[in-house]
Amino acid sequence: MAAINWFKFSSPHSFYPLAGRMMPWFLAASLLLSIVGLYVAFFVAPTDFQQGESYRIIFIHVPAAWMSMFIYLVMAGWAGAGLVFNTRLSGMMARALAPTGAMFTFLALWTGALWGKPTWGTWWVWDARLTSELILLFLYIGFLSLTAAIEDERRADRAGAVLALVGVVNIPIIYFSVVWWNTLHQGASVSLKSAPKMATTMLIGMLLMALAFWMYSIAAALLRVRSIIREREPRAAAEV
Amino acid sequence: MQWGSWAEFWAMGGYGLYVWGSFAVTLLCMAGEMVSLISTERAARKHDGEKA
Repeated sequence: MAAINWFKFSSPHSFYPLAGRMMPWFLAASLLLSIVGLYVAFFVAPTDFQQGESYRIIFIHVPAAWMSMFIYLVMAGWAGAGLVFNTRLSGMMARALAPTGAMFTFLALWTGALWGKPTWGTWWVWDARLTSELILLFLYIGFLSLTAAIEDERRADRAGAVLALVGVVNIPIIYFSVVWWNTLHQGASVSLKSAPKMATTMLIGMLLMALAFWMYSIAAALLRVRSIIREREPRAAAEV
Repeated sequence: MQWGSWAEFWAMGGYGLYVWGSFAVTLLCMAGEMVSLISTERAARKHDGEKA
């Protein structure tokens, strides 16, 4: 069997058209999933017996928070790969993901505050979960500004990679903050180990929206990496 | 469909400000990002078209 060439699409030139062809599928998937997800969120999922209707913010708060952490890990993964393999495209992928990750972190904090006000009676509290998520936002902004500040793109990628990798420790802190500290923020309602503690329709709506946000993030990253390739290596971007 | 009327739907059980404030900002951010990304993409494809 012919050996698989794992590095077939690792050059900007060969990945550019592939990203272009894949992107529309991910965008379509995210639109479809969010339409179905929103329908379930508002027209199928029942009123919560404690929180009434305000709990419906969960349908975007949790997906945004999950994506803020997940994108950071993927970004740090690409950044690390760029350092190890010295592949130009890896650094580009990390830079392509950062703005979307920062956006979801902001949205997690924003929707969390708007949910907290009616439920906890406050927009913000220096709670372990909220504070570590805010630190995540600063990490993203740090990555974005550090990489923008360095003239030479390849050096900027390397500097950004070091920062991204150092910041990875914050992700488990966010995730386990509700377990380690006595936090106002509730514990995980969804875990792979135990049965879900949520009503089925609520869970389905939330998972649909999480998938929609995931497809959206891939589409955004593919689009942005193409524009980065065009900026850095115009020859590579010439349509094959 | 548990909403008696559209008015009730927008009221969202009195939490309308919070729920729609969350959903509106989320939609604005995501749609805004995607529109800007796609317009950059289109500009490049048009440019490639002219150049080719």
